[in-house]
Amino acid sequence: MSEGHAPSGFIRKYIFSFDHKVIGLQYIITAMVMAVLGAGLAVMIRMQLAWPDKPMLRPEAYLSIVTMHGTIMVFFVISLALVSGFGNYLIPLMIGARDMAYPFLNMLSYWTIVPACALMVLSMFVEGGAAASGWTAYPPLSALKEAIPGSGWGQTLWLLAMALFIVSFTLSGLNFLTTILNMRAPGMSLYRMPLTVWTFLISTVLGLLAFPPLTAAAVMLLTDRHLGTNFYLPDGIVLGDQVLPHQGGTPLLFQHLFWFLGHPEVYVLVLPAMGVAFEVVAAFARRPPFGYRISVYALFVVAVLSMIVWGHHMFVSGMNPYLGKYFSIATVAITMPFSLLAVNLITSLWRGNIRFEVPMLFILAMISVIGTGGLGGIYLGTATSDVYFHDSYFVVGHFHLMIGVVTSSRPLPASITGSRRCSAE
Amino acid sequence: MKALRIVLLLFLAAMTVLTIFGFVAKPWQPPEVASKAGEGIDSVINYLLVSTGIVFVIGHAGLIWLIWRYSGKSDAGYKPETPKAQWMWALVPVLCMAAISEIGVLVIGGPAWNELYGMPPDDALKVEVVGKQFEWIVRYAGKDGKFDPTKPQKVREPRNPLGFVDEDNDDIVARNVLTVPVNKPVVVKLRTLDVQHSFSIPAFRLKQDLVPGLPTQTRFTATKTGKFEIVCAELCGMGHYRMRGEVHVLEQKDFDEWMRKKQAELE
Repeated sequence: MSEGHAPSGFIRKYIFSFDHKVIGLQYIITAMVMAVLGAGLAVMIRMQLAWPDKPMLRPEAYLSIVTMHGTIMVFFVISLALVSGFGNYLIPLMIGARDMAYPFLNMLSYWTIVPACALMVLSMFVEGGAAASGWTAYPPLSALKEAIPGSGWGQTLWLLAMALFIVSFTLSGLNFLTTILNMRAPGMSLYRMPLTVWTFLISTVLGLLAFPPLTAAAVMLLTDRHLGTNFYLPDGIVLGDQVLPHQGGTPLLFQHLFWFLGHPEVYVLVLPAMGVAFEVVAAFARRPPFGYRISVYALFVVAVLSMIVWGHHMFVSGMNPYLGKYFSIATVAITMPFSLLAVNLITSLWRGNIRFEVPMLFILAMISVIGTGGLGGIYLGTATSDVYFHDSYFVVGHFHLMIGVVTSSRPLPASITGSRRCSAE
Repeated sequence: MKALRIVLLLFLAAMTVLTIFGFVAKPWQPPEVASKAGEGIDSVINYLLVSTGIVFVIGHAGLIWLIWRYSGKSDAGYKPETPKAQWMWALVPVLCMAAISEIGVLVIGGPAWNELYGMPPDDALKVEVVGKQFEWIVRYAGKDGKFDPTKPQKVREPRNPLGFVDEDNDDIVARNVLTVPVNKPVVVKLRTLDVQHSFSIPAFRLKQDLVPGLPTQTRFTATKTGKFEIVCAELCGMGHYRMRGEVHVLEQKDFDEWMRKKQAELE
């Protein structure tokens, strides 16, 4: 095939490409652009917090910045780069397939993300500013335009961008699932796959099962905002001495739907990171990962448990306290398989021959932070202590250690610099 | 390579020691606990600090030792582990974490959770706290011993913030200050007039969301007199950061005196 100076050749090869490596890189580059934006927002937050008495940001702008930082980082950086981006790039290479199962769908799923990113960025420039109700977008704050600036057009565009994101992620997930189940090279049974592919498989299934409730939640919030429905709005809300004409809804419904996604979502983010960690440790300790099958079973247990513990984000929400007790018992039960994965990761150094290349340094640091961040999660999963820590900086610390360090800044550089391993075609 | 190895191990060891120091020295102390349920919550937190601290140290010691032992050699002396060895080793983290975490939830956390959410005693003082953007309106039953009826349609700032149906009622209303006696159970009924808020008293380790359309409830027994801060712990709008109040915990006789004074003011 010629190099293609004609525009159609270039566009077909690099813009609307069907090739999984190009699409993977497109995802990663888009995520890096969004990461610059998200990091810039983080710097603005830190600057205002460092000098709280100096009015650097308008109050409504500060809340919008916090909201957008969270949304962009969780969905448009980590999900995009780590799951969609690296998944697209690595999965066919690691299972010996020529490409993904549905190359056209693959291209579509990337090009659905681009308008989602554009809408998200655009929402910062509309009247009222970007959504300001937190990345969790709890109603009624997010449902009532009068409750906070940013709950006007900003929140609507946020919801539409999230809907597009979920469409793209679902298309991508279907692609991954079919590719891994159907297109492995002859002789590669499921239990001979690299652990990274296992983690992509399991987190894809998690994503496919968990995202639909968020779609439903977002659609219902949109109709509450614009079509006069009352899914989340009860009667008796008084704003500005006016009783609003809603009745019959409850904000707790949104919380349940949101967190039904929200919890598996973080496992969708962290499991591929663990998978990459296993690969890198194995490569640079010159031995296979320790306890391969047990790790696979542990991944299953983590995934199943992660779908039934969402209430630990809602211990003090007004939910029935018996439910709180159940969710607490189930949540801390996740420490069992998760610590097993971490121990297997460390034990993969046993009787190895460690070479301190850059990817290995990153992953060794990541293992340490899995300890710190993961153990911090137990304080939040135990309902009694969570009463004190809920909605406090302890939670912020826990998830920044897990997402900001373990999930993002460790495997991303590690797999980029370790990409020599993957380019053997 | 050798220098890198030593630097890496020293760094890991230093981080482990600094982390332990950070928790033991506790330069960022939470406010001194001042409620009965709060003491239970603190005991869970302290138990977790000790148990997760031990796991943290053992885990890092293991990591450091493995890095030290298996680097700087010429080739790997790796032999495939038997499945039995893998399963036996797998049991170690599973059983340890099962024990640590479920003991925390059930044995140590259970009683404190029941204290927070069990049935309150009949002689508890009943208070209502209404959250609105951006203040706490506290209400006590008046001489008739009942909370007089309110309707949202009747809310008028500033003269009728709670929306009393009969503006000539005997309930005692205060803004942003909750006055209670020490060592007496207090039941706080919570409701909100607009969006979600969360009633939190850090010194009592207390937190309960206020959900529109869903009256909630919390309770505490203050164990120290003094003034403690109330904060809003759920993003509720632009004034969320200043939605604060105070709990004044008085001796029983001072509280009775205060109550008498307030009832007299109404007449």
